[in-house]
Amino acid sequence: MQKLDAEALFQTLVEQMRPHVTPDTALVGIHTGGVWLAERLHQALGLKQPPGSIDVSFYRDDFGSKGLHPQPKRTEIPFDVEAAHVIIVDDVLYTGRTTRAAINELFDFGRPAQVDLAVLVDRGSRELPIAARYCALTLPQPLPASQSLQLETNAAGMLTLRLIDA
Amino acid sequence: MHNPQLNKHGELQHLLTIDGLPRDIITAILDTAAPFTEVAEREVKKLPLLRGKSIFNLFFENSTRTRTTFEIAAKRLSADVVNLNVSTSSTAKGESLLDTVDNLCAMQADMFVVRHAASGAPFLIAQHLLATGRDHIHVVNAGDGRHAHPTQGLLDMYTIRHYKRDFTNLTVAIVGDVLHSRVARSQISALTTLGVPEVRVIGPKTLLPTEVERMGVRVFHDIREGLKGVDVVMMLRLQNERMNGALLPTPQEYYKVWGLTAEKLALAKPDAIVMHPGPMNRGVEIDSSVADGTQAVILPQVTFGIAVRMAVMSMLAGQQGSNKQ
Repeated sequence: MQKLDAEALFQTLVEQMRPHVTPDTALVGIHTGGVWLAERLHQALGLKQPPGSIDVSFYRDDFGSKGLHPQPKRTEIPFDVEAAHVIIVDDVLYTGRTTRAAINELFDFGRPAQVDLAVLVDRGSRELPIAARYCALTLPQPLPASQSLQLETNAAGMLTLRLIDA
Repeated sequence: MHNPQLNKHGELQHLLTIDGLPRDIITAILDTAAPFTEVAEREVKKLPLLRGKSIFNLFFENSTRTRTTFEIAAKRLSADVVNLNVSTSSTAKGESLLDTVDNLCAMQADMFVVRHAASGAPFLIAQHLLATGRDHIHVVNAGDGRHAHPTQGLLDMYTIRHYKRDFTNLTVAIVGDVLHSRVARSQISALTTLGVPEVRVIGPKTLLPTEVERMGVRVFHDIREGLKGVDVVMMLRLQNERMNGALLPTPQEYYKVWGLTAEKLALAKPDAIVMHPGPMNRGVEIDSSVADGTQAVILPQVTFGIAVRMAVMSMLAGQQGSNKQ
């Protein structure tokens, strides 16, 4: 696989989204990579609404087999979801189950007018009928299940993508 | 020694007592409770975690508040809750505790929340479930006799952490009827496990257990002496219904000597918080001006209690029993 330049992908994503957002568009990042990404997008796109964050631990569909994820984070939606245009932001789109959980959780805060999905990388292997409206890179071949792609950030907020072999 | 609350992987299988619970498990419960506090502010005050699970509130002893907070916690997790006030049902007809449990297991229970006047009743149920190969069913002790009330102890720890952040530089005073109080035992275990350097118990000799010092606390028989410089004041309820015989003169006299008034509270640190597990006897162990004052965190305790019980129930329900991996 080629080396992934997270900052270049981020710029691609910004340009994809720019024509479709208004200052009232709201971003919601999925913990943890999606939250960093949402903060950067919020700045780059000059949005008014403060970005929200979602931890899907309480909405996962594998609770029955895996139990509660340790150390769940707080879900914070600092804007009114009712009738809002919301873009869910995640670093990597994989099976689609996390996105499903995030959509369910979002709807417990109100009824949004429209929900889109923005991701940095689509690694393939979807298990649900979910697609990203904004996606900087779709891998030509699905990543093997033994590998994981992780977004990382440094103190300055610069993004990097790391491929991890399990 | 084998801890009957933990499965073979060291994970929490039942919550029976704080005594002997490792510090990292207590901390994990408090950490897990934090995000649950936010659910009450949502449009839909519900999470889907325990969808399809049946939780039986088995109350062999009356307690409206504890039962209600467990019920709200279970409902916010989308569980189905059945409340059994057993003191007025089958046991009154002569059914044994374990027969009651077996019948409810036959109704596909996933969790029992048990309140019983006899110390050890929840432990007996947990042992019975293990012995009969049904340890995928979880037991939460909601107060047993004079033994333990672990969720109350945990919500108290959550409250202290919320206001004081760090346990390792605190002086905490527990005031009142320690002898009859399962809450006090759970609080002392939790505080010492979490590294509170000084735990004081303050009360008349007749209401302190003999050799209470062996729990690692400092004993005071003078409330003014004991409250000096403390960060946290944990009041206990005077357990009228558990008193037989003359341990006390009159409630009025108790109030005069042991009641927490503004004047006595002034001996504690200026930013000390005042806690009470409820229900309060105003004018007996606590003065109304203190109970309603700015240092009281008694109502936040109730709110935090729901989040802590949600955390306990979701952590337990995520464990599948030692027979499965």
